[in-house]
Order: sequence, then structure tokens, then C-alpha cells
Amino acid sequence: MADKNMGEVILKAEHLTKHYPIKKGLFGRAENYVHALEDVSFEVRRGETFAIVGESGCGKSTTGKCVLRLTEPTSGTVTLDGVDFTALKGAELTEARKKMTLIFQDPYSSLNPRMTVADIIAEPLDIAKTYKTRAERDARVEEIMSKVGLDLAYKYRYPHEFSGGQRQRIGIARAIVLEPEIVICDEPVSALDVSVQAKVINLLEQLQDDLGLAYIFISHDLSVVKHISDRIMVMYLGHMMELATSEELFANPCHPYTEALLGVVPRIARERIQDKKILTGDVPSPANPPSGCCFHTRCANCMRVCAQRAPQEREVSPGHICACHLYDDTLTEDERTPEPPVVTKVG
Amino acid sequence: MAMLTSDKNDKRGQEAEAVAEAAAREIRAERESAAAEPKKRRAQSYWAVSWNIFKKNKLGMVCLIVVVLLVLIAIFAPLLAPYDPYAQELANRYQAPCAAHPFGTDEFGRDLLSRTIYGCRISLSVGVVSQAIAIVIGFLAGVTAGYFGGKVDMAISFVIQVFSSFPFLLFAIVVMFVMGPGLINLYVALGLLMWTRTARLVRGDVMRLKSSEYIQSCILSGGSSWRIIIKHLLPNCVSTLIVTSTLGIPNAILSEASLSFLGLGVQPPMASWGQMISAARSVITSNTYYSVIPGVAIIITVMAFNLLGDALRDALDPKMRS
Repeated sequence: MADKNMGEVILKAEHLTKHYPIKKGLFGRAENYVHALEDVSFEVRRGETFAIVGESGCGKSTTGKCVLRLTEPTSGTVTLDGVDFTALKGAELTEARKKMTLIFQDPYSSLNPRMTVADIIAEPLDIAKTYKTRAERDARVEEIMSKVGLDLAYKYRYPHEFSGGQRQRIGIARAIVLEPEIVICDEPVSALDVSVQAKVINLLEQLQDDLGLAYIFISHDLSVVKHISDRIMVMYLGHMMELATSEELFANPCHPYTEALLGVVPRIARERIQDKKILTGDVPSPANPPSGCCFHTRCANCMRVCAQRAPQEREVSPGHICACHLYDDTLTEDERTPEPPVVTKVG
Repeated sequence: MAMLTSDKNDKRGQEAEAVAEAAAREIRAERESAAAEPKKRRAQSYWAVSWNIFKKNKLGMVCLIVVVLLVLIAIFAPLLAPYDPYAQELANRYQAPCAAHPFGTDEFGRDLLSRTIYGCRISLSVGVVSQAIAIVIGFLAGVTAGYFGGKVDMAISFVIQVFSSFPFLLFAIVVMFVMGPGLINLYVALGLLMWTRTARLVRGDVMRLKSSEYIQSCILSGGSSWRIIIKHLLPNCVSTLIVTSTLGIPNAILSEASLSFLGLGVQPPMASWGQMISAARSVITSNTYYSVIPGVAIIITVMAFNLLGDALRDALDPKMRS
């Protein structure tokens, strides 16, 4: 997959930030903000799979929604094919959105229960008025249905008659019917059985090869991410922690948070669980994030500087970016004093 | 999984893979045998499933039959009524039920059976027409409030609050007094008074549906608000609309009876159940049947619609499905 990385950059997100106001009182003045996304930048290249991983509530889905402008980012820009996507309005926005679509997490709530499969898949076509005649539209629907592995006999069925995996295929068909360049997959398989997960992942990979799609693959499942992605971004509390190619990240994780995440991937091989770094405590509230590095309250390698200021993003090796003070050579001895967080040992 | 490291683990992995493959083969075989059959089966729509659930509710079915009978009586009233409901026969005033007049006669010697049959027309038409008006206003107000939210929602919710904070009958009396009595005015007045419940329920439904992913997907594809309302929100609100209107019809019928009883609704000589009870008031001790007959007619109609509404709610609610 290495040659795919040579593709041109089609999507560039710069300094994306999203704050949700917490409104109180009669006039709804914002008293505080939930820092859902804090200065996140990344690029997606044509035909690659760019994965965003992290615990629940770390801002993975918010990143996806902000890129699509399903929720407007508080600040930051998204550049799509050289055009500033965040500045578009009205018809231009609709036109640009044809290049970017979304596959939802929950295959049960993402399909209108009162529409037939054919109508669901054809909806983007109907809105864009791509085809003039009904016959052309139906032919396109059938083409897409066979492409995602849906039996054409199911055309006039309703979503409740399908299993989770088949419903997700319908969702995928709807997402690719307009031939987008980028598909944002928001945990597309986490609601499915493991046996079905593999089939849907294979389908996504096959579609990528056939159509040259780029995926932004949002997931918390590291084994799936390792399998499918070219590059991976690790997020925690709305911040980017580490960004590297898939091989590099799994072989040589730099950030203590990434190390801890990789440590909890279940494996068939038996390991001494006591030897591994297991994260303790809960994710802090994004309404009241910790000072300095947002991970310092749970980090095993926490130093004095970590609570004082946030680390810069550094390129530790070519293409491998890590935001951690451990890789800062300019720190003084005093700042390097270890200050492990107070945690209660479990078990 | 490609995470296995040592040889020993590799062997274990291979065994696991073999087991998994065998299981997959079994599942595939099962699927193939199962797949052959459902292809012939016709798609079961939401309504077909609902009808199957409804059919099992005996009380609901009885009420449905009663309602259908009432509708047929209302439509074919001129064929069913043995006499002209307006024909006066002053020699036969206040007759008790007999062979010629099964329900007796009233103060002008008019046949009560014929008047009750014609009264069914008035009652049902008031129920249906006023609910139709209420549903159109209620749906539009509810969708607007729920979909656009913010200040629009606040304004519409305020109007709903104002409308529903008046005592219903008092408000109806004022409206009828201002507009003047008469059947058309009665439709309009009740419609204008009864939309608030529909609006509130639709608003709640829409607020819940608005955040659903298929609507987000429609927004992403560039779908207009109009498309979202017509294609996504309306079909998903239909069950709510059916249930509220079925439960609203008996309310409208009762209000018509009350207003007619007070002389503000249907005007004589037209036959309406409420107005018949009003006319029977003076002779309630000597000619009890005169007030009992329209009273029983109201009770049967209102109960049938109410129980039908409950049954429909059970059948149409997706949460009742397994």
C-alpha cells in the first residue's frame, strides 16, 4: 500500500477547533464551553485510508462532522481539492459536498424506515437530479446495489427486513452512488457482529480499489484500523496525540497514550497482563480540560512540565508526528522531574 | 489476526482459523437454503405488519366494525331513515317507542329513529371535518416549530400554550358566539380549538426525528427543508397523526353535543344528538327514552372511536414490535 501514499493531497484540515457552549439561565448565555476539538490538523491523500482512533468522547466523530460541516467548526479551515470548503455557501456547498459523503455508525437509525431500499439509495441522485429519466436512475441504483453485494430482488423492501450487515451495505451504497472522492466512515462496523465486520471491511477495501476512494476511517477498534488504514491519527480529549503511517505507529509508538492504547488490544496470545501499561482513571471532562498536556493526569511518564504547558507537535521521524514533551530536547532538568499521576491501583 | 508472534501461537491461530472457516461454511450453507425462500415472499410493508398486529386486538376490531357501521349509517341516512326527519306529525307528539316509531317521537311528532340516523351524519361530519382542519394546522405548526427550532419554536410554543390554557368549552362558546351558530362555523371553531394537541405531539416527534442520521444524510446530499419535511418527517409522523385524530374525533363529537345542547351549535330543525338531548330536557321525567336514545348514540360513538384510537396506537407504535 506504500505507493498510495504518493497520491496528491485532496483534503486538508487546518487548526480545526470546535467548542460547544454550555448554556445556562434565562437568556442562554454561554457560561462554559465543551472543548470537543482543539487545533487539529491533518491531510488526506487520494486513494488512501486515513484512520482516526481514540477512546469514546475524544472528538473522533466531531472531527468527521466538522470536516463535512454537519456541525460548523468554531475555527479552522478545510480545503477540498484546493477550494476552501469552510467558506462555501448555498449551491456551491451542495456541489462540493458531492465529493464527500458519510457512512454512519448505526445501520438501524441511518435509514428511513418508511422508504424502500431503492428510494434510499437513489435519494442523493434525486436531490442532485443526476438522471433525467426514471429508467436511467433505476439502472444506476441496480448497478450500485450489485456493486455493494445487495440482491436486486430486495429493491422494494423496507430497511426493517434486513440484517445489520445488509443495512450497512445499503448505507454504503447511498454514500457512493454519486461517486465521491472521500468517504468519511464514522465507526462503520462497530455496531456489527465480528463475522459481518470482516465482510463489510472487505467490501470497503474492494470499493476503494475499484473507485479510487479515500477514506477517513473513524474507529476505536485498533485491530480493524491496523488492517485497513495507511495512516493513523490518535486523538485524546479533542487533541491530536500522534500521527504516523500504520506500520510505523504499531511498530514504534512514541506517545505514552498510543502505547497504552496498543497495550489493551486483545490478542489470542497469552501475555502477562501485569506487565502492560493499563490506563487507570477516567477521561477528564472536555468542559474542564486539564492544564498543560491534556493527557498528563493519566500518563505514566508524566513530568513537571506536562502540567504547565501543552506540548508542541514534533516530527520525531519523517511523517511521524507526536505531541509529547518526552521528545523535547530543550527541556531543563527541573522540567523533566517525573511526577506520576496519583492513581488507585485496580485489582 | 496478524498479531501472533511465536510459532506456538501460530499453530494455535491456524487451529482457530480452521474452526472459524468450518463455522463460516455452515453459516453460508444455512443462508443459501434460507435465501431461496424469502425471495418469493412479498415485501411486508410497515402497514401490513401494523394490520397484522391490529387484527389480533379483538376489542379494536369490534370498535372498527362499529365505526364502519356508523360511517355507513351516516352516508346512507336517506335510505335507512323510515321517515323524513323534518316531517311534523303534531297528532303523535311524545309517543313512546312502538311498531310505527321504534324510538318514539319528539315534541313535534317527528320520528326519533330518523332523527337519530340523521344526527349521526352531523356528529361524524363534525368529528371528521374539525379534526381534518386541526390536523392540517397542527402538523404545519408542529413541523415548523420542531424543525426550525429556536425563536420560531418559542413563538409557536407560546401560541400553543395560550390556546391550550383557556377552558375549552368557554373558549368554544366565545368563538361560536362571535362567529354565530351554524354547522360550518362549528367545524371551523372546533378545528381552530383542537389543533394544539396535534401540534405538540408532532413537534416532539419532529425534534426526535430531526437529529436522526437519515435526515443528516439528506442534508448532506443537499436536500431542501421541503424535501425533508415531505419525504422524511411526514411519513414518520403519520402514525401519530392517525392516533391523535382518532382520539380527537370523539372529543369533537362531545363538544358538538355540548355546544348544540347550549344552543350554540347546530340549529333547529337540523337533527343533532346534543340538540335532541337539549330538547328532551323539559320532558326528562315523563319521556325518559327521548333523552336516553341520543345519549346512548353519543356514548357508543365516542367509546368506539376512543377504543379504536387506543388499538391503533398499540398497532402503530414501533416500540410494541418485537
